[in-house]
Amino acid sequence: MIALESLSVLFNPGTPDERAAIKDLSISVPRGQWVSLIGSNGAGKTTLFNAIAGSVSPAAGRVIIDGLDRSRDAEYLRARFVGRVRQDPGGGTAPDMTVMDNLALASRKGARRLLPAKPRALKLLLKERLAELGMGLEERCDENVSRLSGGQRQALALLMAAFTKPAVLLLDEHTAALDPRNADIVMELTRRFVRGYGLTAMMVTHDMRRAAAEGDRLIMMHEGQIVADLSGQEKKGLSVEGLVRLFKEVRGHEYAEDRDLLS
Amino acid sequence: MIEAILVEGLIYAVLALGVFISFRVLDFPDLTAEGAFPLGAAAAAALIGAGAHPALAVLAAFAAAALAGAATGAIYAAFKVPSLLAGIVIMTGLWSVNLRVLGGRANLPLIANNPIMDAAYATLPALPEWSAALFFALVVALVLALLVWFFSTEAGIAMGALGDNEAVVIAAGANPVSLRTAGVALSGGLCGLSGALAASYQGFADVNFGSGVVAAGLASVMVGELMLKSNRIGLQIVRVVLGSIMFRGLMFAGRSYGYLIGMTPNDLRFVTALLVIGAIALGRVRKKRRISSPAAALAGAAQGGAA
Ligand SMILES: Nc1ncnc2c1ncn2[C@@H]1O[C@H](COP(=O)(O)OP(=O)(O)OP(=O)(O)O)[C@@H](O)[C@H]1O
Ligand SMILES: [Mg+2]
Repeated sequence: MIALESLSVLFNPGTPDERAAIKDLSISVPRGQWVSLIGSNGAGKTTLFNAIAGSVSPAAGRVIIDGLDRSRDAEYLRARFVGRVRQDPGGGTAPDMTVMDNLALASRKGARRLLPAKPRALKLLLKERLAELGMGLEERCDENVSRLSGGQRQALALLMAAFTKPAVLLLDEHTAALDPRNADIVMELTRRFVRGYGLTAMMVTHDMRRAAAEGDRLIMMHEGQIVADLSGQEKKGLSVEGLVRLFKEVRGHEYAEDRDLLS
Repeated sequence: MIEAILVEGLIYAVLALGVFISFRVLDFPDLTAEGAFPLGAAAAAALIGAGAHPALAVLAAFAAAALAGAATGAIYAAFKVPSLLAGIVIMTGLWSVNLRVLGGRANLPLIANNPIMDAAYATLPALPEWSAALFFALVVALVLALLVWFFSTEAGIAMGALGDNEAVVIAAGANPVSLRTAGVALSGGLCGLSGALAASYQGFADVNFGSGVVAAGLASVMVGELMLKSNRIGLQIVRVVLGSIMFRGLMFAGRSYGYLIGMTPNDLRFVTALLVIGAIALGRVRKKRRISSPAAALAGAAQGGAA
Protein backbone atom coordinates (compact mmCIF):
# COMPACT_ATOMS: atom_id res chain seq x y z
CA MET A 1 0.00 0.00 0.00
CA ILE A 2 1.29 3.41 -0.87
CA ALA A 3 -0.30 6.80 -0.36
CA LEU A 4 0.86 10.25 -1.37
CA GLU A 5 -0.71 13.13 0.52
CA SER A 6 -0.68 16.63 -0.99
CA LEU A 7 2.77 16.05 -2.43
CA SER A 8 4.58 18.99 -4.02
CA VAL A 9 8.05 19.01 -5.57
CA LEU A 10 9.79 22.26 -6.42
CA PHE A 11 12.97 22.53 -8.47
CA ASN A 12 15.25 25.53 -7.87
CA PRO A 13 12.96 27.03 -5.22
CA GLY A 14 13.33 30.76 -4.65
CA THR A 15 15.15 31.37 -7.94
CA PRO A 16 13.86 32.71 -11.25
CA ASP A 17 14.11 29.11 -12.51
CA GLU A 18 11.67 27.86 -9.88
CA ARG A 19 9.54 25.10 -11.26
CA ALA A 20 6.77 23.09 -9.64
CA ALA A 21 7.17 19.57 -11.05
CA ILE A 22 4.54 18.02 -8.75
CA LYS A 23 1.63 20.14 -7.55
CA ASP A 24 -0.36 19.13 -4.49
CA LEU A 25 -0.77 15.58 -5.71
CA SER A 26 -2.63 12.96 -3.70
CA ILE A 27 -3.20 9.33 -4.55
CA SER A 28 -3.64 6.05 -2.75
CA VAL A 29 -2.69 2.72 -4.28
CA PRO A 30 -4.00 -0.32 -2.38
CA ARG A 31 -1.88 -3.43 -1.91
CA GLY A 32 -1.59 -5.58 -4.99
CA GLN A 33 -2.82 -2.95 -7.41
CA TRP A 34 -0.98 -2.32 -10.67
CA VAL A 35 -1.17 1.27 -11.87
CA SER A 36 -0.19 2.39 -15.37
CA LEU A 37 1.01 5.98 -15.40
CA ILE A 38 0.95 8.04 -18.59
CA GLY A 39 1.51 11.67 -19.44
CA SER A 40 3.41 13.83 -21.87
CA ASN A 41 7.12 14.59 -21.57
CA GLY A 42 7.80 16.71 -18.53
CA ALA A 43 4.48 15.85 -16.88
CA GLY A 44 6.34 14.87 -13.71
CA LYS A 45 6.17 11.08 -13.80
CA THR A 46 9.85 10.47 -13.09
CA THR A 47 9.85 13.22 -10.48
CA LEU A 48 6.91 11.51 -8.78
CA PHE A 49 8.90 8.26 -8.63
CA ASN A 50 11.94 10.15 -7.35
CA ALA A 51 9.83 11.61 -4.57
CA ILE A 52 8.45 8.19 -3.63
CA ALA A 53 11.90 6.60 -3.66
CA GLY A 54 13.48 9.49 -1.78
CA SER A 55 15.91 10.68 -4.44
CA VAL A 56 14.29 14.13 -4.38
CA SER A 57 12.79 15.64 -1.26
CA PRO A 58 9.31 17.13 -1.60
CA ALA A 59 8.61 20.75 -0.69
CA ALA A 60 5.39 19.65 1.00
CA GLY A 61 3.28 16.58 1.55
CA ARG A 62 3.85 13.06 2.78
CA VAL A 63 4.86 9.70 1.34
CA ILE A 64 3.21 6.85 3.22
CA ILE A 65 4.36 3.32 2.57
CA ASP A 66 2.53 0.44 4.23
CA GLY A 67 0.95 2.85 6.67
CA LEU A 68 4.15 4.55 7.83
CA ASP A 69 5.28 8.06 6.93
CA ARG A 70 8.58 7.65 5.08
CA SER A 71 8.86 11.26 3.88
CA ARG A 72 11.93 11.95 6.04
CA ASP A 73 13.78 8.71 5.34
CA ALA A 74 16.91 8.75 3.17
CA GLU A 75 16.77 7.01 -0.18
CA TYR A 76 18.78 4.00 1.00
CA LEU A 77 16.40 3.49 3.94
CA ARG A 78 13.33 3.65 1.72
CA ALA A 79 14.93 1.20 -0.69
CA ARG A 80 13.94 -1.50 1.80
CA PHE A 81 10.34 -0.92 0.75
CA VAL A 82 10.70 0.51 -2.74
CA GLY A 83 11.95 -1.46 -5.74
CA ARG A 84 12.77 0.46 -8.87
CA VAL A 85 13.62 -0.22 -12.51
CA ARG A 86 14.71 2.65 -14.71
CA GLN A 87 14.66 3.06 -18.45
CA ASP A 88 18.41 2.62 -18.91
CA PRO A 89 19.31 -1.09 -18.70
CA GLY A 90 22.65 -0.08 -17.17
CA GLY A 91 21.01 1.80 -14.34
CA GLY A 92 19.84 -1.10 -12.24
CA THR A 93 22.88 -3.36 -12.31
CA ALA A 94 26.59 -3.14 -11.52
CA PRO A 95 28.23 -3.84 -14.90
CA ASP A 96 31.68 -4.89 -13.73
CA MET A 97 30.39 -7.38 -11.21
CA THR A 98 29.14 -10.87 -11.90
CA VAL A 99 25.48 -11.76 -12.35
CA MET A 100 25.62 -13.71 -9.09
CA ASP A 101 27.24 -10.86 -7.13
CA ASN A 102 24.59 -8.47 -8.40
CA LEU A 103 21.81 -10.80 -7.31
CA ALA A 104 23.44 -11.58 -3.96
CA LEU A 105 23.71 -7.87 -3.28
CA ALA A 106 20.05 -7.30 -4.13
CA SER A 107 18.84 -10.37 -2.24
CA ARG A 108 19.04 -8.66 1.12
CA LYS A 109 17.90 -5.15 1.92
CA GLY A 110 19.49 -3.26 4.75
CA ALA A 111 22.81 -2.77 6.50
CA ARG A 112 25.65 -4.94 5.29
CA ARG A 113 27.08 -7.47 7.70
CA LEU A 114 30.46 -9.18 7.87
CA LEU A 115 28.83 -12.45 6.92
CA PRO A 116 29.36 -14.48 3.76
CA ALA A 117 27.50 -12.75 0.93
CA LYS A 118 26.91 -15.91 -1.06
CA PRO A 119 26.26 -18.94 1.13
CA ARG A 120 25.58 -22.09 -0.86
CA ALA A 121 21.85 -22.15 -0.08
CA LEU A 122 21.41 -18.58 -1.31
CA LYS A 123 23.36 -19.32 -4.49
CA LEU A 124 21.06 -22.25 -5.29
CA LEU A 125 17.99 -20.13 -4.66
CA LEU A 126 19.30 -17.30 -6.84
CA LYS A 127 20.12 -19.72 -9.63
CA GLU A 128 16.54 -20.95 -9.53
CA ARG A 129 15.24 -17.38 -9.79
CA LEU A 130 17.58 -16.74 -12.71
CA ALA A 131 16.39 -19.87 -14.46
CA GLU A 132 12.82 -18.60 -14.18
CA LEU A 133 13.76 -15.68 -16.43
CA GLY A 134 14.10 -18.23 -19.21
CA MET A 135 17.18 -16.56 -20.67
CA GLY A 136 19.81 -19.10 -19.75
CA LEU A 137 21.40 -16.66 -17.31
CA GLU A 138 21.69 -19.37 -14.66
CA GLU A 139 24.55 -20.73 -16.79
CA ARG A 140 26.29 -17.35 -16.80
CA CYS A 141 26.38 -16.57 -13.09
CA ASP A 142 30.10 -15.87 -13.05
CA GLU A 143 30.11 -13.57 -16.06
CA ASN A 144 30.14 -9.83 -15.67
CA VAL A 145 26.81 -8.13 -16.26
CA SER A 146 28.45 -5.88 -18.87
CA ARG A 147 28.54 -8.92 -21.17
CA LEU A 148 24.76 -9.36 -21.14
CA SER A 149 22.49 -7.91 -23.79
CA GLY A 150 20.26 -4.95 -22.99
CA GLY A 151 17.20 -7.18 -22.65
CA GLN A 152 19.03 -9.59 -20.38
CA ARG A 153 20.32 -6.76 -18.22
CA GLN A 154 16.88 -5.26 -17.89
CA ALA A 155 15.39 -8.64 -17.01
CA LEU A 156 18.09 -9.01 -14.35
CA ALA A 157 17.41 -5.48 -13.06
CA LEU A 158 13.70 -6.32 -12.84
CA LEU A 159 14.46 -9.52 -10.95
CA MET A 160 16.77 -7.62 -8.57
CA ALA A 161 14.11 -4.99 -7.92
CA ALA A 162 11.19 -7.38 -7.52
CA PHE A 163 12.22 -10.65 -5.95
CA THR A 164 12.56 -9.27 -2.44
CA LYS A 165 8.86 -8.35 -2.75
CA PRO A 166 9.06 -4.61 -2.04
CA ALA A 167 5.99 -2.77 -0.77
CA VAL A 168 5.93 -0.88 -4.05
CA LEU A 169 7.61 -1.53 -7.38
CA LEU A 170 8.30 1.53 -9.56
CA LEU A 171 8.83 0.89 -13.27
CA ASP A 172 9.88 3.97 -15.23
CA GLU A 173 9.63 3.25 -18.96
CA HIS A 174 11.53 0.09 -18.22
CA THR A 175 10.94 -1.40 -21.66
CA ALA A 176 11.44 1.79 -23.67
CA ALA A 177 15.12 1.24 -24.44
CA LEU A 178 14.57 -2.32 -25.68
CA ASP A 179 13.73 -3.64 -29.12
CA PRO A 180 10.10 -4.80 -29.49
CA ARG A 181 10.84 -8.47 -28.92
CA ASN A 182 12.88 -7.88 -25.76
CA ALA A 183 10.31 -5.33 -24.61
CA ASP A 184 7.63 -8.01 -24.87
CA ILE A 185 9.78 -10.48 -22.94
CA VAL A 186 10.48 -8.00 -20.14
CA MET A 187 6.81 -7.02 -20.02
CA GLU A 188 5.81 -10.67 -19.72
CA LEU A 189 8.28 -11.04 -16.83
CA THR A 190 6.85 -7.90 -15.26
CA ARG A 191 3.38 -9.41 -15.39
CA ARG A 192 4.67 -12.61 -13.84
CA PHE A 193 6.47 -10.81 -10.98
CA VAL A 194 3.74 -8.30 -10.18
CA ARG A 195 0.93 -10.83 -10.27
CA GLY A 196 2.93 -13.80 -9.00
CA TYR A 197 4.27 -11.96 -5.98
CA GLY A 198 1.12 -9.86 -5.55
CA LEU A 199 3.16 -6.65 -5.76
CA THR A 200 1.86 -3.11 -5.66
CA ALA A 201 3.25 -1.57 -8.83
CA MET A 202 3.33 1.74 -10.66
CA MET A 203 4.46 1.65 -14.27
CA VAL A 204 5.24 4.64 -16.47
CA THR A 205 4.88 4.00 -20.17
CA HIS A 206 4.62 6.04 -23.33
CA ASP A 207 3.16 3.06 -25.15
CA MET A 208 -0.61 3.60 -25.24
CA ARG A 209 -1.21 -0.01 -26.21
CA ARG A 210 0.53 -1.22 -23.06
CA ALA A 211 -1.04 1.47 -20.91
CA ALA A 212 -4.48 0.35 -22.02
CA ALA A 213 -3.75 -3.36 -21.77
CA GLU A 214 -1.69 -3.70 -18.58
CA GLY A 215 -2.63 -3.04 -15.01
CA ASP A 216 -5.77 -2.49 -12.94
CA ARG A 217 -5.81 1.25 -13.04
CA LEU A 218 -4.70 4.02 -15.34
CA ILE A 219 -3.53 7.42 -14.21
CA MET A 220 -2.78 10.31 -16.50
CA MET A 221 -0.53 13.13 -15.36
CA HIS A 222 -0.23 16.60 -16.79
CA GLU A 223 1.91 19.45 -15.49
CA GLY A 224 2.49 17.83 -12.14
CA GLN A 225 -1.08 16.85 -11.47
CA ILE A 226 -3.31 13.84 -11.93
CA VAL A 227 -5.84 14.68 -14.65
CA ALA A 228 -7.46 11.30 -15.15
CA ASP A 229 -7.81 8.24 -12.95
CA LEU A 230 -9.59 5.20 -14.36
CA SER A 231 -10.06 1.85 -12.70
CA GLY A 232 -12.45 -1.08 -12.63
CA GLN A 233 -14.74 -1.42 -15.65
CA GLU A 234 -13.68 1.98 -17.00
CA LYS A 235 -10.09 0.78 -17.19
CA LYS A 236 -10.98 -2.68 -18.50
CA GLY A 237 -13.03 -1.29 -21.36
CA LEU A 238 -10.30 1.15 -22.36
CA SER A 239 -9.09 1.03 -25.95
CA VAL A 240 -6.15 2.86 -27.50
CA GLU A 241 -8.64 5.10 -29.33
CA GLY A 242 -10.35 5.81 -26.03
CA LEU A 243 -7.02 6.81 -24.53
CA VAL A 244 -6.23 9.14 -27.42
CA ARG A 245 -9.62 10.79 -26.98
CA LEU A 246 -8.92 11.19 -23.28
CA PHE A 247 -5.61 12.86 -24.08
CA LYS A 248 -7.32 15.29 -26.43
CA GLU A 249 -9.82 16.23 -23.77
CA VAL A 250 -7.04 16.87 -21.30
CA ARG A 251 -4.73 18.96 -23.36
CA GLY A 252 -6.19 19.59 -26.76
CA HIS A 253 -4.92 17.97 -29.90
CA GLU A 254 -1.29 18.73 -29.11
CA TYR A 255 -0.38 15.48 -27.43
CA ALA A 256 -2.52 13.40 -29.75
CA GLU A 257 -0.05 14.26 -32.46
CA ASP A 258 2.95 13.20 -30.39
CA ARG A 259 4.64 10.52 -32.38
CA ASP A 260 5.11 8.14 -29.48
CA LEU A 261 1.38 8.04 -28.99
CA LEU A 262 0.91 6.21 -32.24
CA SER A 263 3.96 3.98 -32.00
CA MET B 1 69.20 -9.12 -5.42
CA ILE B 2 66.02 -11.10 -6.03
CA GLU B 3 65.40 -11.32 -2.27
CA ALA B 4 65.70 -7.56 -1.97
CA ILE B 5 63.22 -7.03 -4.81
CA LEU B 6 60.85 -9.50 -3.19
CA VAL B 7 61.06 -7.80 0.19
CA GLU B 8 60.47 -4.36 -1.29
CA GLY B 9 57.74 -5.66 -3.58
CA LEU B 10 55.95 -7.32 -0.67
CA ILE B 11 56.20 -4.33 1.66
CA TYR B 12 54.96 -1.92 -1.00
CA ALA B 13 52.30 -4.43 -2.11
CA VAL B 14 50.39 -3.51 1.05
CA LEU B 15 50.49 0.13 -0.07
CA ALA B 16 49.43 -0.90 -3.58
CA LEU B 17 46.48 -2.78 -2.06
CA GLY B 18 45.42 0.43 -0.35
CA VAL B 19 45.68 2.32 -3.63
CA PHE B 20 43.80 -0.50 -5.38
CA ILE B 21 40.90 -0.22 -2.93
CA SER B 22 40.50 3.54 -3.31
CA PHE B 23 41.18 3.91 -7.04
CA ARG B 24 39.75 0.65 -8.35
CA VAL B 25 37.26 -0.82 -5.91
CA LEU B 26 35.71 2.45 -4.77
CA ASP B 27 36.49 4.50 -7.90
CA PHE B 28 37.69 7.12 -5.42
CA PRO B 29 40.92 8.75 -6.71
CA ASP B 30 42.71 9.76 -3.55
CA LEU B 31 46.07 11.14 -2.38
CA THR B 32 45.62 10.39 1.32
CA ALA B 33 48.29 7.70 0.95
CA GLU B 34 51.00 10.37 0.59
CA GLY B 35 50.28 11.32 4.20
CA ALA B 36 49.03 7.98 5.52
CA PHE B 37 52.14 6.05 4.48
CA PRO B 38 54.58 8.27 6.43
CA LEU B 39 52.03 8.48 9.28
CA GLY B 40 52.18 4.71 9.63
CA ALA B 41 55.97 4.83 9.47
CA ALA B 42 56.17 7.60 12.07
CA ALA B 43 53.63 6.01 14.43
CA ALA B 44 55.36 2.62 14.33
CA ALA B 45 58.84 4.13 14.76
CA ALA B 46 57.74 6.35 17.64
CA LEU B 47 55.96 3.50 19.43
CA ILE B 48 58.81 1.06 18.95
CA GLY B 49 61.20 3.76 20.15
CA ALA B 50 59.03 4.14 23.24
CA GLY B 51 59.33 0.42 23.90
CA ALA B 52 55.92 -0.74 22.63
CA HIS B 53 55.44 -4.30 21.40
CA PRO B 54 56.08 -4.36 17.61
CA ALA B 55 52.70 -5.94 16.88
CA LEU B 56 51.01 -3.16 18.79
CA ALA B 57 53.10 -0.59 16.93
CA VAL B 58 52.05 -2.02 13.57
CA LEU B 59 48.38 -2.18 14.57
CA ALA B 60 48.54 1.41 15.82
CA ALA B 61 50.11 2.47 12.52
CA PHE B 62 47.19 0.84 10.70
CA ALA B 63 44.63 2.45 13.00
CA ALA B 64 46.13 5.95 12.81
CA ALA B 65 46.30 5.84 9.02
CA ALA B 66 42.77 4.39 8.83
CA LEU B 67 41.59 7.37 10.83
CA ALA B 68 43.25 9.65 8.28
CA GLY B 69 41.43 7.79 5.51
CA ALA B 70 38.14 8.09 7.37
CA ALA B 71 38.76 11.83 7.64
CA THR B 72 39.19 12.04 3.87
CA GLY B 73 35.97 10.09 3.40
CA ALA B 74 34.14 12.32 5.86
CA ILE B 75 35.31 15.53 4.14
CA TYR B 76 34.22 14.11 0.81
CA ALA B 77 30.79 13.22 2.17
CA ALA B 78 30.24 16.38 4.19
CA PHE B 79 31.33 19.01 1.66
CA LYS B 80 30.79 17.16 -1.63
CA VAL B 81 34.27 18.12 -2.81
CA PRO B 82 36.14 15.94 -5.32
CA SER B 83 37.88 13.00 -3.66
CA LEU B 84 41.29 14.20 -4.84
CA LEU B 85 40.79 17.53 -3.10
CA ALA B 86 39.67 15.85 0.14
CA GLY B 87 42.80 13.69 -0.02
CA ILE B 88 45.10 16.63 -0.73
CA VAL B 89 43.76 18.50 2.29
CA ILE B 90 44.32 15.51 4.59
CA MET B 91 47.74 14.80 3.11
CA THR B 92 48.81 18.41 3.66
CA GLY B 93 47.58 18.42 7.25
CA LEU B 94 49.19 15.07 7.96
CA TRP B 95 52.64 16.48 7.17
CA SER B 96 52.46 18.54 10.36
CA VAL B 97 50.89 15.67 12.31
CA ASN B 98 53.65 13.34 11.18
CA LEU B 99 56.34 15.77 12.33
CA ARG B 100 54.69 15.87 15.74
CA VAL B 101 54.54 12.07 15.87
CA LEU B 102 58.25 12.00 15.00
CA GLY B 103 58.88 14.27 17.96
CA GLY B 104 59.53 17.43 15.97
CA ARG B 105 62.27 15.79 13.89
CA ALA B 106 62.08 14.98 10.20
CA ASN B 107 63.69 11.61 10.73
CA LEU B 108 63.53 8.94 13.40
CA PRO B 109 66.08 6.09 13.22
CA LEU B 110 65.23 2.53 14.24
CA ILE B 111 68.79 1.23 14.11
CA ALA B 112 69.28 0.66 17.83
CA ASN B 113 66.00 -1.17 18.30
CA ASN B 114 64.34 -2.74 15.28
CA PRO B 115 62.29 -5.71 16.54
CA ILE B 116 60.38 -6.23 13.29
CA MET B 117 63.53 -6.73 11.24
CA ASP B 118 65.00 -8.83 14.05
CA ALA B 119 61.99 -11.10 13.68
CA ALA B 120 62.25 -10.98 9.91
CA TYR B 121 65.91 -12.07 9.89
CA ALA B 122 65.18 -14.82 12.42
CA THR B 123 62.36 -16.45 10.42
CA LEU B 124 64.61 -18.71 8.36
CA PRO B 125 68.01 -18.98 10.09
CA ALA B 126 69.23 -21.57 7.59
CA LEU B 127 68.93 -19.16 4.65
CA PRO B 128 69.53 -15.68 6.08
CA GLU B 129 69.18 -13.88 2.72
CA TRP B 130 65.72 -15.31 2.19
CA SER B 131 64.58 -14.95 5.76
CA ALA B 132 63.17 -11.43 5.41
CA ALA B 133 61.46 -12.30 2.13
CA LEU B 134 59.70 -15.24 3.80
CA PHE B 135 58.73 -13.11 6.79
CA PHE B 136 57.14 -10.41 4.65
CA ALA B 137 55.53 -13.02 2.41
CA LEU B 138 53.82 -14.38 5.51
CA VAL B 139 52.70 -10.90 6.55
CA VAL B 140 51.33 -10.16 3.08
CA ALA B 141 49.65 -13.59 2.94
CA LEU B 142 47.83 -12.73 6.16
CA VAL B 143 46.72 -9.37 4.75
CA LEU B 144 45.61 -11.06 1.51
CA ALA B 145 43.63 -13.69 3.37
CA LEU B 146 41.83 -11.05 5.40
CA LEU B 147 41.04 -8.96 2.31
CA VAL B 148 39.82 -11.93 0.29
CA TRP B 149 37.57 -12.89 3.19
CA PHE B 150 36.31 -9.32 3.56
CA PHE B 151 35.43 -8.98 -0.11
CA SER B 152 33.38 -12.16 0.06
CA THR B 153 31.17 -10.75 2.82
CA GLU B 154 28.00 -8.72 2.37
CA ALA B 155 29.89 -5.56 3.28
CA GLY B 156 32.75 -6.39 0.92
CA ILE B 157 30.52 -7.11 -2.08
CA ALA B 158 28.57 -3.91 -1.46
CA MET B 159 31.83 -1.96 -1.25
CA GLY B 160 32.88 -3.43 -4.57
CA ALA B 161 29.56 -2.40 -6.14
CA LEU B 162 29.93 1.14 -4.84
CA GLY B 163 32.66 2.00 -7.32
CA ASP B 164 30.73 0.30 -10.11
CA ASN B 165 27.19 1.62 -9.73
CA GLU B 166 26.24 3.37 -6.51
CA ALA B 167 22.52 3.11 -7.35
CA VAL B 168 22.68 -0.66 -6.92
CA VAL B 169 24.12 -0.27 -3.43
CA ILE B 170 21.41 2.23 -2.47
CA ALA B 171 18.76 -0.05 -3.95
CA ALA B 172 20.02 -2.80 -1.65
CA GLY B 173 19.24 -0.57 1.31
CA ALA B 174 22.88 -0.03 2.28
CA ASN B 175 24.20 3.37 3.35
CA PRO B 176 26.63 4.40 0.61
CA VAL B 177 28.28 7.12 2.70
CA SER B 178 29.31 4.92 5.61
CA LEU B 179 30.33 2.16 3.24
CA ARG B 180 32.56 4.49 1.22
CA THR B 181 34.07 6.06 4.33
CA ALA B 182 34.87 2.61 5.68
CA GLY B 183 36.50 1.73 2.36
CA VAL B 184 38.67 4.85 2.31
CA ALA B 185 39.63 4.11 5.91
CA LEU B 186 40.61 0.56 4.98
CA SER B 187 42.68 1.94 2.11
CA GLY B 188 44.42 4.43 4.41
CA GLY B 189 45.05 1.76 7.03
CA LEU B 190 46.79 -0.48 4.52
CA CYS B 191 49.01 2.44 3.44
CA GLY B 192 49.90 3.07 7.08
CA LEU B 193 50.69 -0.61 7.63
CA SER B 194 52.93 -0.54 4.59
CA GLY B 195 54.65 2.57 5.94
CA ALA B 196 55.32 0.85 9.26
CA LEU B 197 56.92 -2.13 7.50
CA ALA B 198 58.91 0.15 5.19
CA ALA B 199 60.27 2.15 8.12
CA SER B 200 61.45 -1.06 9.77
CA TYR B 201 63.05 -2.29 6.57
CA GLN B 202 64.81 1.03 5.88
CA GLY B 203 65.76 1.42 9.53
CA PHE B 204 64.16 4.84 9.93
CA ALA B 205 60.95 6.79 9.50
CA ASP B 206 61.03 10.02 7.55
CA VAL B 207 58.46 12.76 7.13
CA ASN B 208 59.07 12.74 3.37
CA PHE B 209 58.49 8.99 3.02
CA GLY B 210 55.16 9.53 1.34
CA SER B 211 56.23 11.59 -1.62
CA GLY B 212 55.34 9.77 -4.83
CA VAL B 213 53.81 6.68 -3.23
CA VAL B 214 50.39 7.05 -4.86
CA ALA B 215 51.83 6.98 -8.37
CA ALA B 216 54.08 4.07 -7.40
CA GLY B 217 51.11 2.18 -5.97
CA LEU B 218 49.03 2.96 -9.01
CA ALA B 219 51.81 1.80 -11.32
CA SER B 220 51.99 -1.48 -9.37
CA VAL B 221 48.23 -1.95 -9.67
CA MET B 222 48.36 -1.29 -13.40
CA VAL B 223 51.36 -3.52 -14.04
CA GLY B 224 49.42 -6.27 -12.27
CA GLU B 225 46.39 -5.63 -14.45
CA LEU B 226 48.50 -5.97 -17.56
CA MET B 227 49.85 -9.30 -16.30
CA LEU B 228 46.55 -10.99 -15.46
CA LYS B 229 42.95 -10.44 -16.49
CA SER B 230 40.19 -11.40 -14.10
CA ASN B 231 36.83 -10.25 -12.79
CA ARG B 232 37.26 -12.19 -9.55
CA ILE B 233 38.14 -9.97 -6.63
CA GLY B 234 40.36 -12.65 -5.07
CA LEU B 235 42.55 -12.84 -8.16
CA GLN B 236 42.52 -9.07 -8.54
CA ILE B 237 43.92 -8.76 -5.02
CA VAL B 238 46.66 -11.34 -5.62
CA ARG B 239 47.43 -9.58 -8.89
CA VAL B 240 48.18 -6.35 -7.03
CA VAL B 241 50.92 -8.15 -5.11
CA LEU B 242 52.39 -9.59 -8.30
CA GLY B 243 52.25 -6.15 -9.90
CA SER B 244 54.03 -4.61 -6.95
CA ILE B 245 56.86 -7.14 -7.07
CA MET B 246 57.16 -6.64 -10.82
CA PHE B 247 57.18 -2.87 -10.42
CA ARG B 248 59.88 -3.00 -7.74
CA GLY B 249 61.87 -5.24 -10.05
CA LEU B 250 61.65 -2.60 -12.75
CA MET B 251 62.70 0.11 -10.32
CA PHE B 252 65.57 -2.07 -9.13
CA ALA B 253 66.71 -2.61 -12.68
CA GLY B 254 66.54 1.12 -13.27
CA ARG B 255 68.64 1.82 -10.19
CA SER B 256 71.21 -0.87 -11.01
CA TYR B 257 71.54 -0.69 -14.76
CA GLY B 258 69.99 2.67 -15.60
CA TYR B 259 73.46 4.20 -15.85
CA LEU B 260 73.96 2.19 -19.05
CA ILE B 261 71.49 4.52 -20.76
CA GLY B 262 72.52 7.56 -18.74
CA MET B 263 69.71 7.27 -16.20
CA THR B 264 70.12 8.17 -12.55
CA PRO B 265 67.91 7.07 -9.63
CA ASN B 266 66.41 10.56 -9.78
CA ASP B 267 64.86 9.65 -13.12
CA LEU B 268 62.80 6.80 -11.67
CA ARG B 269 59.88 9.02 -10.78
CA PHE B 270 59.65 9.99 -14.43
CA VAL B 271 59.66 6.33 -15.40
CA THR B 272 56.88 5.71 -12.88
CA ALA B 273 54.82 8.50 -14.40
CA LEU B 274 55.38 7.10 -17.88
CA LEU B 275 54.38 3.66 -16.66
CA VAL B 276 51.09 4.95 -15.27
CA ILE B 277 50.30 6.82 -18.48
CA GLY B 278 51.27 3.82 -20.58
CA ALA B 279 49.06 1.50 -18.56
CA ILE B 280 46.12 3.90 -18.83
CA ALA B 281 46.60 4.14 -22.59
CA LEU B 282 46.86 0.39 -23.00
CA GLY B 283 43.77 -0.14 -20.84
CA ARG B 284 41.82 2.23 -23.08
CA VAL B 285 42.86 0.45 -26.23
CA ARG B 286 41.83 -2.89 -24.76
CA LYS B 287 38.50 -1.57 -23.56
CA LYS B 288 37.70 -0.09 -26.96
CA ARG B 289 38.54 -3.34 -28.63
CA ARG B 290 36.26 -5.19 -26.22
CA ILE B 291 33.33 -2.86 -26.79
CA SER B 292 33.62 -2.81 -30.56
CA SER B 293 34.17 -6.53 -30.79
CA PRO B 294 31.45 -7.79 -33.15
CA ALA B 295 31.88 -11.35 -31.87
CA ALA B 296 30.90 -10.32 -28.36
CA ALA B 297 27.91 -8.35 -29.62
CA LEU B 298 26.73 -11.30 -31.68
CA ALA B 299 27.17 -13.69 -28.76
CA GLY B 300 25.03 -11.38 -26.64
CA ALA B 301 22.34 -11.18 -29.31
CA ALA B 302 22.34 -14.95 -29.77
CA GLN B 303 21.89 -15.46 -26.04
CA GLY B 304 19.00 -12.99 -26.02
CA GLY B 305 17.53 -14.76 -29.02
CA ALA B 306 17.56 -18.08 -27.24
CA ALA B 307 15.17 -16.67 -24.65
N1 LIG C 1 16.82 18.07 -11.62
C1 LIG C 1 15.92 18.93 -12.15
N2 LIG C 1 16.11 20.26 -12.08
C2 LIG C 1 15.20 21.11 -12.58
N3 LIG C 1 14.08 20.73 -13.19
C3 LIG C 1 13.82 19.41 -13.31
C4 LIG C 1 14.74 18.44 -12.80
N4 LIG C 1 14.24 17.21 -13.04
C5 LIG C 1 13.08 17.40 -13.70
N5 LIG C 1 12.82 18.73 -13.85
C6 LIG C 1 11.63 19.31 -14.48
O1 LIG C 1 10.49 18.78 -13.85
C7 LIG C 1 9.49 18.49 -14.81
C8 LIG C 1 9.06 17.06 -14.72
O2 LIG C 1 10.10 16.24 -15.20
P1 LIG C 1 10.01 14.67 -15.20
O3 LIG C 1 11.34 14.13 -15.54
O4 LIG C 1 9.41 14.21 -13.93
O5 LIG C 1 9.00 14.38 -16.38
P2 LIG C 1 8.47 13.00 -16.97
O6 LIG C 1 7.00 13.01 -16.83
O7 LIG C 1 9.19 11.87 -16.37
O8 LIG C 1 8.86 13.17 -18.49
P3 LIG C 1 9.37 12.09 -19.56
O9 LIG C 1 8.15 11.44 -20.10
O10 LIG C 1 10.04 12.92 -20.59
O11 LIG C 1 10.29 11.16 -18.87
C9 LIG C 1 10.07 18.88 -16.16
O12 LIG C 1 9.58 20.13 -16.50
C10 LIG C 1 11.53 18.90 -15.93
O13 LIG C 1 12.14 19.85 -16.77
MG1 LIG D 1 10.58 10.39 -17.10
